[in-house]
Amino acid sequence: MSDQIILGGPIPLPEESRLKPVAEEPGEVATRRFFLGAAGAAGLLYTAALAYPIYRYLASPEEMASEAAAVTEVTLKDAQKLPPASVLMFKFGTAPAMLIHHEDGRWVALSAVCTHLGCTVKYEPQADRIHCACHGGVYNPYTGANVSGPPPKPLKLFKAAVNDTGVEVSRT
Amino acid sequence: MTTKPLTASLYDWVDERLGLSELAAFARHKTVPVHAQSFWYYWGGISLFLFLVQCFTGVLLLVYYRPGAEAYESVRQITFVMHFGWLIRSAHAWTANLFIFAILVHMFSVFFMKAYRSPREFGWLSGMALLGIASVFGFSGYLLPMDELSYFATKVGLQIPAAIPFIGPAIASMLRGGPDVSEFTVQRFFALHVVVLPAIFLPLLAFHLWLVQRHGNASPPSEETKAANERKSIPFLPNFMRKDLAMWLISLNVLALLASVFPWALGRQADSLVPAPAGIHPEWYFMSPFEMLKLLGAILPGESGEIAGLLLFTIGIALWILIPFYDTGKPSGQRGRAAHYFGLLAVFALLATTVIGYWTIR
Repeated sequence: MSDQIILGGPIPLPEESRLKPVAEEPGEVATRRFFLGAAGAAGLLYTAALAYPIYRYLASPEEMASEAAAVTEVTLKDAQKLPPASVLMFKFGTAPAMLIHHEDGRWVALSAVCTHLGCTVKYEPQADRIHCACHGGVYNPYTGANVSGPPPKPLKLFKAAVNDTGVEVSRT
Repeated sequence: MTTKPLTASLYDWVDERLGLSELAAFARHKTVPVHAQSFWYYWGGISLFLFLVQCFTGVLLLVYYRPGAEAYESVRQITFVMHFGWLIRSAHAWTANLFIFAILVHMFSVFFMKAYRSPREFGWLSGMALLGIASVFGFSGYLLPMDELSYFATKVGLQIPAAIPFIGPAIASMLRGGPDVSEFTVQRFFALHVVVLPAIFLPLLAFHLWLVQRHGNASPPSEETKAANERKSIPFLPNFMRKDLAMWLISLNVLALLASVFPWALGRQADSLVPAPAGIHPEWYFMSPFEMLKLLGAILPGESGEIAGLLLFTIGIALWILIPFYDTGKPSGQRGRAAHYFGLLAVFALLATTVIGYWTIR
């Protein structure tokens, strides 16, 4: 494609001569379409080549978190010393969880993420319930069942195995 | 009654309010001179492209960078933990160098083509201001990783403002955020690099670009003496823009190759108790003033050497900035020739001191 050389320096030519359309030959049209197609394809390739590393870069914490969340077991050292009617908050992978030593001696481990909108819930021993302050959801502290309020699903239960050195919490 | 297609009515609605058709008409009529020196017209655009790359990669780095005490650790994570973080950091560091190289080529080509002459004096002045700000961008950015090189480069670099008589040490202390280069320095330089400098640079750049549209590309004096029918030009749209974009693509390819094949290293964490590494030297674009100060310090004893060096450099830059008011384009051509030789002298001095600087690295 040759440049349209304008003689006469930077002074623009009169309207008519500049804007008169020149009919393209069929051969020219085909070459032009090929060029535009090739340019478009190259453009897409470049965009993809740039977008991929940028996406992976920005998604790094997400990928790192899923690796961390792949945890299947957490050992809580000295947690067997937890007094009755009290709770120990801990991280299972990346998500908050709770270990409850009930009054009657039962040990219950469950997720502490409210199934409504994700707030961290609170164990209330005096009311014998788990309560979410955000929107008033209530759960059963023995089974994790959603008792009242907006939560649509129960809190996920974990297996809690108590021994002399600590408590092993694992997925069911 | 004829109905307009939706796109046409939409365009008209916006055009009535914003005057888009005036812009479109201007763009359609814009031309670029064609002559032996036309190649140099690309370098302003290449500089602009590289600046945009810096903004883009800079924002990406901003996602994970932590200024202050955790600076080195955050850069370590970007480089070795985050996926492709090494590539984004490498691109940013390489482009910083390419950007300064491009604006120097741009400045010298403008100088030798005498495109600082009327009516383009503001273009020259705003361009020199942009060069100054770009240097501060480079200096402030260099500290942000807080590795050994960053630390000592900043320590030494801040000796220059500190050498200003009377007010120097106070200025240096304000920049440093205390008597030593510390986490306070990083925090300040970060604020400079990411907020203050862009806030000054962007409007100045817009002004600079608007001036280029208003006055068009300057032709060198040899072109201007030719008869009107011997001078050629091409339309900006689409002809010159195509070539411009091709240059941008080449620049992108060059920086991609450099960034991936020669990834930017991360030295050890800055530690004032560890002696400066052997052979430490500033980046190439600061090597010249660094070497000039060293040479003058060797000739003149003590303080006077430093001050003489600073003075020489300051006067040189002042003369350079004021060139449009000296070489106004008088027909006798005496001043034009003098300016040309001054330019050659400047190029020689900068190249020579840079080369000597590298030669004499211990």
